[in-house]
Amino acid sequence: MNIAIVKYNAGNIYSVDYALKRLGVEAVITSDKEILTKADKVIFPGVGEAETTMNYLREQKLDLLIKDLKQPTLGICLGMQLMCRHSEEGNADCLGIFDIDVKKFQPKRHEDKVPHMGWNTLTNTNSDLFKGFEKEEFVYFVHSFYVPLNDYTAATTDYILPYSSALHKDNFYATQFHPEKSGAVGERILRNFLDL
Amino acid sequence: MLAKRIIPCLDIKDGQTVKGTNFVNLRKAGDPVELGRAYSEQGADELVYLDITASHEGRKTFTDLVKRVAANISIPFTVGGGIHELSDVDRLLSAGADKVSINSSAIKNPQLIDDIAKHFGAQVCVVAIDAKQTKFGWKCFLNGGRIETDKDLFDWAKEANERGAGEILFTSMDHDGVKTGYANEALATLSDLLTIPVIASGGAGNMEHFKDTFVKGKADAALAASVFHFGEIKIPELKHYLCAEGINVRL
Repeated sequence: MNIAIVKYNAGNIYSVDYALKRLGVEAVITSDKEILTKADKVIFPGVGEAETTMNYLREQKLDLLIKDLKQPTLGICLGMQLMCRHSEEGNADCLGIFDIDVKKFQPKRHEDKVPHMGWNTLTNTNSDLFKGFEKEEFVYFVHSFYVPLNDYTAATTDYILPYSSALHKDNFYATQFHPEKSGAVGERILRNFLDL
Repeated sequence: MLAKRIIPCLDIKDGQTVKGTNFVNLRKAGDPVELGRAYSEQGADELVYLDITASHEGRKTFTDLVKRVAANISIPFTVGGGIHELSDVDRLLSAGADKVSINSSAIKNPQLIDDIAKHFGAQVCVVAIDAKQTKFGWKCFLNGGRIETDKDLFDWAKEANERGAGEILFTSMDHDGVKTGYANEALATLSDLLTIPVIASGGAGNMEHFKDTFVKGKADAALAASVFHFGEIKIPELKHYLCAEGINVRL
């Protein structure tokens, strides 16, 4: 199985590679269009800022390529937000795979600290990514912007308000949390993606 | 609901784990990667690796260790010690660390906080503060607690918050290593003052101390070292205890 990780100007790409290695899978980290298009599965990870990374993706013409991928593709954290229509972070137009806009968290109480950082639970999971889940599992989050609930919501998390902690549409899957940093539960989610 | 975090801290010297009592008398406590993996499997929520080696060679050993930790451990980890400029942050994040913790270098050059937040994101930047109660109030200390400054704990924590720190890791030097509980009064003040998470450090001796720092100290996370390294508190038991006490933890 050929797994490709999209290489671009975002941080934390190597964490995903390490997590796949722990599952015994050798991925290729690349921005090569042919390798990405031909891979069996593509992972689009990222930690960074929406506008800067979108500009880079456009310059490299990776934006159109990612939108047109036909194989199972997994966006993680910033990757998920970039797959949406628009982000309030830097007022950035994004890839538009998911027809929904990314918002900034607005704290309601002093306890509502932003970024949302740490372990929180997944509820209403309804995607093959969460196959075998028997309870509300904890996964690791670090983010200041969120995707509201919408038709593509594949898991819900409650922080300040209930929002989409995972999305799914056709061959595109996305998680706001970091499966590569979410211990055994995260490994199960990555394994489920590899088994799609 | 967001869980309260339990964070074992590993002090690293020449690639090995050590832990001091009141910052002196270092004792060896195992291989850092093996220890980290064991904690991760027991349910630790994050790990902190603190490089207490000063030499240039030690730096390289530590960077290699960070790579091994990233390859082997599936929970987030923070690294600290010897971070003076953006290139140090870049080196450690590139090696696979999720966050960096800066302490003395932030007091000496507060702009470093702004720069890290701008280049790598606020979530990456943990500002660690060692402070001690003096007759003039809580004062910050430099260089592992060896040099007193005139910086007030609360003023400095607020400034760090405003400059773009993602978290504050507050160690009470009066409480560190003496196992009589965390500095909950100061922690609660910090928690009310700041808009970012506060990690309590220094003073854990029994399981009740953790409950107290979450309830009375309003801490978002609790860090400890020796009680975990020497098996005096086991993380699964601690988490079940906290859960039974009504505290939201990841089980």
